Amino acid sequence: MITNPTGRITQGQFSFLPDLTDAEITLQVEYGLNKGYAWSVEYTDDPHPRNTYWEMFGMPMFDLKDAAGVLMELNACRKTFPNQYIRLMAFDATRNTESIVMSFIVNRPKTEPGFGLVRQETNGRTIRYTIHSYGTDKPEGERY
Amino acid sequence: MDDNKTVDLLAIVRDSNVGEVLDKLDRELVGLAPVKRRIREIAAYLAVTNARKQLGLEASPPSLHMCFTGNPGTGKTTVALRMAEILHRLGYVRKGHVVSVTRDDLVGQYIGHTAPKTKEVLKKAMGGVLFIDEAYYLYRPENERDYGQESIEILLQVMENQRDDLVVILAGYKDRMDTFFQSNPGMSSRIAHHIDFPDYSQQELLTISGKMLEQMNYKLDASAQVAMADYIERRIRQPNFANARSIRNALDRARLRQANRLFYAASQDNQSVNTDDLSLLTASDILASRVFEGGNNTATPETAT
Repeated sequence: MITNPTGRITQGQFSFLPDLTDAEITLQVEYGLNKGYAWSVEYTDDPHPRNTYWEMFGMPMFDLKDAAGVLMELNACRKTFPNQYIRLMAFDATRNTESIVMSFIVNRPKTEPGFGLVRQETNGRTIRYTIHSYGTDKPEGERY
Repeated sequence: MDDNKTVDLLAIVRDSNVGEVLDKLDRELVGLAPVKRRIREIAAYLAVTNARKQLGLEASPPSLHMCFTGNPGTGKTTVALRMAEILHRLGYVRKGHVVSVTRDDLVGQYIGHTAPKTKEVLKKAMGGVLFIDEAYYLYRPENERDYGQESIEILLQVMENQRDDLVVILAGYKDRMDTFFQSNPGMSSRIAHHIDFPDYSQQELLTISGKMLEQMNYKLDASAQVAMADYIERRIRQPNFANARSIRNALDRARLRQANRLFYAASQDNQSVNTDDLSLLTASDILASRVFEGGNNTATPETAT
């Protein structure tokens, strides 16, 4: 089992900290907007570390001036998927960057079962390791 | 409650520099006396609300949604920009930008298109002012499947729930806005300030034309002044008169004629032009307008020259 002291999934920024409050999220979003980033909301119920592409909740939000717009979208997502992972991502469109520059989890399921380590014996006595998320044993939409 | 606490009302106004914006409004906008009075009232009201808050007299945040009615070209958009600045300085909107939209930006073309479109516009306007021009087009009673209604419902919801995040200003002709409010009582009850923009008088329009020319670095000679006054008098009586906008268009056309005149003169006698020639509009530039071609105006031809 992969664990860390917090007993929760740690991906992106601030994931070792206690959950950010809405006021703290607003400050982060405001910081990004001042740098000209475009925020977007994504959600998933498959938190495997190699699952890079989460589901988009609406379009990325370009040309916003104030964090209230992002919070509005985030709250809509929380209402729709209260028990899934939700993250905010900031896209920097500057030439030669053109990628995600901020990303942090803003919503988690109530219980996070974590990951198991699966050992597969192959040729000789070689062992291959797989990280398996307990959460994904059930079909999509019924996890957590 | 401590009744002895005091708060300096004037300090609030001074600190927010709102007087500066109001003075600028007075200086730069010609006429519009009732509008300026209303805006001063609103600014005073907001300053007082701030003072009350400082003394702990908590009240629900004031509703700031507004409706600007008036004929085209009476300065609704310009005043909306100033309003955003006033609200920003007094701390009622966080960013103070204006997002100007019409029906096309809010209403989608097919089922399920409207909600995301409207929400996107709302998100962009958060922290500032959402200015909906010709808002009555949102509601089309003749087509019961029109998506405008959906857009109105989303607007209403956000106007009610996120009052401190954005201010909505609706704008349009007076009579059509009245019909719009009659068929959407929910909208009407959520808008606290109705401001009516009067038409400009001839004298005011002349002053406006002077200010516009000043900005464009042109000037009128004496005879052109007379011609311009005459032009305005005739233009007002013609259909599709759009106040300051018509004046701007007339001046643009006069500039075109001036350019043509200078070019023709230069090609005739091969003389160079100086700054004065380039910035002077003469009576002939204005009198060549279609407006002076008799027909549907009542003025006698003698007054045109």
